[in-house]
This record gives sequence, C-alpha cells and structure tokens, in this order.
Amino acid sequence: MSNEELKNVSVAKSIDARGTACPGPLLEAKKAIGTIEAGDIMEILSADEGTKVDIPKWCNKQGHEYLGTVEENGYFKVYMKKK
Amino acid sequence: MEEIQNTEIQKLQKELEDLKKKVSMLEDSRKDQLSIAIVSGDLDKILAAMVISVAAAAMDTQVKLFFSFWSLSALRDPKKCPKGKDFISKMFGMMLPKGTKKLSLSNMNMVGMGPMMIRMLMKKQNVMSLEQMFKEAGELGIEIVVCEMSMNLMGFKKEELIDYPNLKFAGAATFVADASESSIQLFI
Repeated sequence: MSNEELKNVSVAKSIDARGTACPGPLLEAKKAIGTIEAGDIMEILSADEGTKVDIPKWCNKQGHEYLGTVEENGYFKVYMKKK
Repeated sequence: MEEIQNTEIQKLQKELEDLKKKVSMLEDSRKDQLSIAIVSGDLDKILAAMVISVAAAAMDTQVKLFFSFWSLSALRDPKKCPKGKDFISKMFGMMLPKGTKKLSLSNMNMVGMGPMMIRMLMKKQNVMSLEQMFKEAGELGIEIVVCEMSMNLMGFKKEELIDYPNLKFAGAATFVADASESSIQLFI
C-alpha cells in the first residue's frame, strides 16, 4: 500500500510501543494481535529502527499481511492485517 | 500373470507406506522450536539469550532454555537462603553472583561499574530490564531447564532458585533431545 493509502486506512487497533526498544514492540504486537479479528488492520507505533524490519518478518512467519510503514517525526507507524 | 501383478502392487504399496512414514518422520523431527544452551553467567550473554528468546516466543516459536554452569547464578533468588549446605557449597554460594542484579559483564566490567552503566543506558533507551525479560519469558511460556549436574556441582539448591512458572530440572540428554527436534539451536 502507498503512504497515502496507509494514512487513510481505518485501523481496528493502534499500539503505541514507542516507550520500548527491541524486542518490546514485537512483544506488544503479539499481545495485541489476539484482541483483534481476522482481517482487521493493526497499527504499531515504534521509535525502534529494528521494528520496521522485524514486524514484516513476524507477519511473514505468521501469515499476516504486512501493509507498509509510514515514517513520522522520530518514529514509525507499521501497518499489518491479521490473517 | 495376475498373481505376479498383485504381488508387484503389494510391493509398491509397501514401499509407498515406508516412504510416507519417512516423510512424516522428517516433517516431525524439526519443530518450530528454539533451544539455547546457556552456559555463561555474564550479564551481556544472558541478556542476549533472553532478548532472542523473548523475540522468538513473541513469534510463537516454542522456546526451551537449558541453563548450565555459570548461568545458574542468574537463576538464584537473592531473597532465599537455603539451609543445610556443606562448607564448599557455602563458599561457592558466597563467591558466585546471587541473582541477575549481581551479574558482571564479560567485557568492560570495571569492578561493577560496567553493569551499572549498561543498566543505566538500557533504562534510558527503554530496553526491558533483564528481570522484566525473565518475567515476560515466564508469561510467554518459555521453558527453563536447569542442569541438575551443574547445580549439584556448584552446591546450589532448588530452594534458592527464582520462582519461575516453567522451571524444570534435567540432564544433558534432555537438552540433546530438545535440541534435536528444534529448528534453531544456539549455545552461549
């Protein structure tokens, strides 16, 4: 998905993991994924550079769809769709 | 003629069944599982092992940690004082770090200044503390297997180890068996 599309996407859940470093954001994403339905979109806010790479890897392994990353000032928004 | 064909078919069927068995054996032999033999008792090494373990567990990989030798210090609970130790065990107990907070660094330890600085930096950078990682590990179902032999060798008692939900005691063969069915095996 393009940056524009991602900015307008409606998310079922947003997790703010900016207060934790690796592997915190992944852990929070894992905890939150159980609370949303299949097909829902989740947004993960992280200030940790590694998260940009780690979340797609996790999605790939679990079969979730990685939608893209939007860079904000000093942090990232990573978007994914639950399988 | 027909009889020969029948035996041929039976032979093929048997071969097919054998192959199926072999394939399923190969499929089953490597699980989505991570096994780490943790031997070092250095703060940095235990930290590395725990970060990888927590990340793996977050990715739904089964994690089995085998704690042996120096790493056992990390599993000691500073609040617990076991009784009935002999002289050498008491000496070992006194000389070895009592719990995660007393571990030293493998490099730049500087009589305890290093670990203090690392912990300060970790806090500043929002990295989970080692103690918090153990807590998360327990909640994620990460299994810790304590090497019974090295525990006896160093004179540690079960009563002085931390309260961890998935703590087991076993020998080297358990690690070998667990590791042989894991898709990832590490040693630190």
